[in-house]
Amino acid sequence: MSYLEYNTKFVPTGLRKVLYLNWPLVLLLIAVASFGFLMLYSVAGGSSTPWMAPQMKRFGVSLVVMFAVAMVPIWFWRNMAVLTYGFCLALLIGVEFFGSVGMGAQRWIDLGFIQLQPSEMMKIALVMVLAAYYDWLPVDRVSRPQWLVAPLVLIGLPTMLVLIQPDLGTAIMLSLGGGIIMFLAGVHWAYFGTVILGGVGLVATVLESRGTTWQLLHDYQFRRIDTFLDPSSDPLGAGYHITQAKIALGSGGWTGKGFMQGTQSRLNFLPEKQTDFIFTTLAEEFGFVGAATLLALYTLIIAFCIVSALQNKDRFASLVTLGVAATLFLFFAVNMSMVMGLAPVVGVPLPLVSYGGSAMLVLMGAFGLVQSAHVHRQR
Amino acid sequence: MRRPARDNPASARGITRRALVLGGAQAGMAGLLVYRMHSLQVDQADDFRLLAEENRINIRLLPPARGMIFDRNGVTLADNEQNYRVVMVREDLGDLDEALRRLAMIVPISPEDLARAKQDLERHSPFVPVTVAERLTWEEISRVAINAPALPGINPEVGLSRRYPLGADFAHIVGYVGPVSDYDLNRIDDQDPLLQIPRFQIGKTGVEDKFERTLRGHAGSKQVEVNAAGRAMRELSRDVGEPGADIQLTIDARLQSYTEARLEGESAAAVVIDVETGDLRAIGNAPSFDPNLFVRGISVADWAALNEDIRRPLAAKAVQGTYPPGSTFKMMTAIAALEAGVLDPEETVRCQGYVEVSGTRFHCWKAGGHGNVTLHESLKQSCDVFYYEVSQRVGIDNIARVARDFGLGTRFDVPMSAIAAGLAPDRAWKQEVRGEDWRIGDTINASIGQGYVLASPLQLAVMTARLATGRAVTPRLVRAIDGAEQPRTGGEPLPYNENFLRRIRQAMFDVSNHQRGTAYGSRIATEEFRMAGKTGTSQVRRITAEEREQGITRNEDLPWERRDHALFVCFAPLEAPRYAVAVVVEHGGGGSTNAAPIARDIMLQALYDGPPPLTAYPSNLRPQIEIQQQRIRDRVPPGSTSSSRA
Repeated sequence: MSYLEYNTKFVPTGLRKVLYLNWPLVLLLIAVASFGFLMLYSVAGGSSTPWMAPQMKRFGVSLVVMFAVAMVPIWFWRNMAVLTYGFCLALLIGVEFFGSVGMGAQRWIDLGFIQLQPSEMMKIALVMVLAAYYDWLPVDRVSRPQWLVAPLVLIGLPTMLVLIQPDLGTAIMLSLGGGIIMFLAGVHWAYFGTVILGGVGLVATVLESRGTTWQLLHDYQFRRIDTFLDPSSDPLGAGYHITQAKIALGSGGWTGKGFMQGTQSRLNFLPEKQTDFIFTTLAEEFGFVGAATLLALYTLIIAFCIVSALQNKDRFASLVTLGVAATLFLFFAVNMSMVMGLAPVVGVPLPLVSYGGSAMLVLMGAFGLVQSAHVHRQR
Repeated sequence: MRRPARDNPASARGITRRALVLGGAQAGMAGLLVYRMHSLQVDQADDFRLLAEENRINIRLLPPARGMIFDRNGVTLADNEQNYRVVMVREDLGDLDEALRRLAMIVPISPEDLARAKQDLERHSPFVPVTVAERLTWEEISRVAINAPALPGINPEVGLSRRYPLGADFAHIVGYVGPVSDYDLNRIDDQDPLLQIPRFQIGKTGVEDKFERTLRGHAGSKQVEVNAAGRAMRELSRDVGEPGADIQLTIDARLQSYTEARLEGESAAAVVIDVETGDLRAIGNAPSFDPNLFVRGISVADWAALNEDIRRPLAAKAVQGTYPPGSTFKMMTAIAALEAGVLDPEETVRCQGYVEVSGTRFHCWKAGGHGNVTLHESLKQSCDVFYYEVSQRVGIDNIARVARDFGLGTRFDVPMSAIAAGLAPDRAWKQEVRGEDWRIGDTINASIGQGYVLASPLQLAVMTARLATGRAVTPRLVRAIDGAEQPRTGGEPLPYNENFLRRIRQAMFDVSNHQRGTAYGSRIATEEFRMAGKTGTSQVRRITAEEREQGITRNEDLPWERRDHALFVCFAPLEAPRYAVAVVVEHGGGGSTNAAPIARDIMLQALYDGPPPLTAYPSNLRPQIEIQQQRIRDRVPPGSTSSSRA
């Protein structure tokens, strides 16, 4: 290895790795989480309990986890991908039999010291395993039909398991996330065209199944679709959430009502104001400016990830970085669409802002992978 | 386990291309989100702001303060006290039973009230606040307020509740309020939203009922900021509405209390009327009851006790009770005869103790008869035979017309409940109602106020006032509403010969001032206040021939409900009359012994505007009167504020 080669293939070691972290990305993540702290303080009526203080603690732990993951070389994580996926799949099957019932759905597994949400972990595990698969697969085979079976099974299994929990939101996130990795890996355009057409057909079939003996969705899921299409049809029932969320958002105006001045969310017109609907509080109190700023922060995170991925010559690293970015994107895009009435209400939190430890820990762990890929890239 | 990157430049370009496409798609989606944000938050901001206001602002009905009721001198008869209460809203409660159980842990609620509250909550719409517990102490209501987070849908409130400081003394005049019931809603055609408030207090009897709309006022409203659970967070604005108008009665509270005290122990009624103005100064009813019991929601036991008492405490006997007026009716017969010209004022009629008319013997109360009696003597000694004789000459229709002119058989427009019309019977009445011909015996009975004749104490007082003044005195109970003096009605001269009336008055004067007058024992000693009166004793049973032969059973030996009613009507002073008083003591025995002393005491109290000096009484009565005055001074009426404090 020549000196020049050494320079271009330089990979930092030991504590020097800290200097090579993607620091702008870290700062962006902290900025987004800080938005969350502010809003949790506000929705509690100006109190750090019951939400802000625990959330800050969890974010601290999550940051540590992110750094820890980032210190470990990315190729270690590639080798762990299949194991992680298998573990998560086992947990998903586990919750079917041992999981606690929470919020009307079986989602949690209680290990005593922490309540795990295997479906959250699966989102990242799926990204990892698919990235590892396409890393391993020679590029010329990517679009061959027989090599499509494995990724489809890898996506299909957890999606089905999550769907019977039932958790429609996560199921959609999983299949979209998996699809994005396949797209990035270079699977031929035609397949996606076919799937999209098939998807439209499937939606039509699902809607057609309503009221028949082979009904494919729960009644409440159908009602959510109904109210999404026409929230005013049931303003005090299922459409209540959407209507109230839009009122809260809309009444914010350009600059909002001011910190802690939001009337809608603090007066409990909004459901789950500290979790899925926290964006409405933000939009109500900080207005269009605040909401657009948060969106800009998210977009910047995505942009930094894409830049980092494009600089990376390792296929797995690029795919994981882009996959994590896509997962983050799916989170906030679906959540914001939902509260703004662009998508049906499916339980998807606003990443890093909504109250909840499990999702934040998993997401920060995922950004640990992104950092690891960034640090350990060949220069 | 490190290995060289597998990428070749071509595949790297592929990933870069796809990543840029994806990035572009994401940017597009972000753009769409920004566009949506902009359209919601900037373009439609005003619409949503309006919706947000409506969302958090809830308009609540504000019950107005009910008008107060005062006596003629400004003494409070009915006012409103602060009432700490707990209100529940079913839609916010969650599990109803659980909520009630929790509430019962921190405030005392009887199982009876809990059952009623549950029933109320289930009956009304889920958003209607229902009062569950009332009259809580400050400590109890604080406990509810402190535990509010654990008691969703349960709100502490402060409201107004009716209070009757003088308790039983005004129970029949002022009446009482109570929670509005389905029966009330059917009875009154009233769209006032206030009536839809559960447990809203409305007038049930007396002035409270008759002036319900006046006293109630108009609902105000307040805008409160509420959260999604309907809990009021803060008040934004308040329109207090219009409080009910205050009502001033013509009643003199001191005289009224005295009257109630004097009647205590009897089943009796007394009415004091100002003969000049028609103002009712006192309307006594005994026994009475505590109206405050009804405001709080009367217990089953208390209700049963009041309802089953044979002396009927709930009845306002002074205006609702009708009695045969007995000898107090003789003035009517006499005036009818004089006016018809069938009786000469100086003419004598022989009383031998009875007369026989078409085979039936009609007895005078005095077995041996009064001998030759003039009109004057017939009133003074209350001879019955005299009236048996003259009534046959004048006929019932003339007597009935006079009686009506003097207020008998007339339903006066006094704002109390169930005012009785009484009855001044004539031929047409009997034909119409009974389908029978009038018989001469009916006339003879009617001539002394027996038979079909019925009058309430109020009517007797009005009759006496009209006799005293010769004018159509009309009773008035409400002096002013919200400070505006109410018009007087009536008062025009009656078309009767003043000379005849003067003779009647003179005879009545002798009833209580001549040694042989039937009420001489109840005279007033003060020269300028001496009164004119007439006793009456009305039978509630028929005295049979056998009984008469064996000697008439004395009233004292009869069971209470078969004894005669004792009546007395009077006015004073003779020359410039100020007050007329009518007293009826149910089953009290004789009018002279049982009704006249009561009427005299009340009259003196009215004339002196307070306790009269002992010199107003004949000297032989003074020791006994002194004891009586002492007893009345020390009395505390049931339910009055001073007693409820004790």
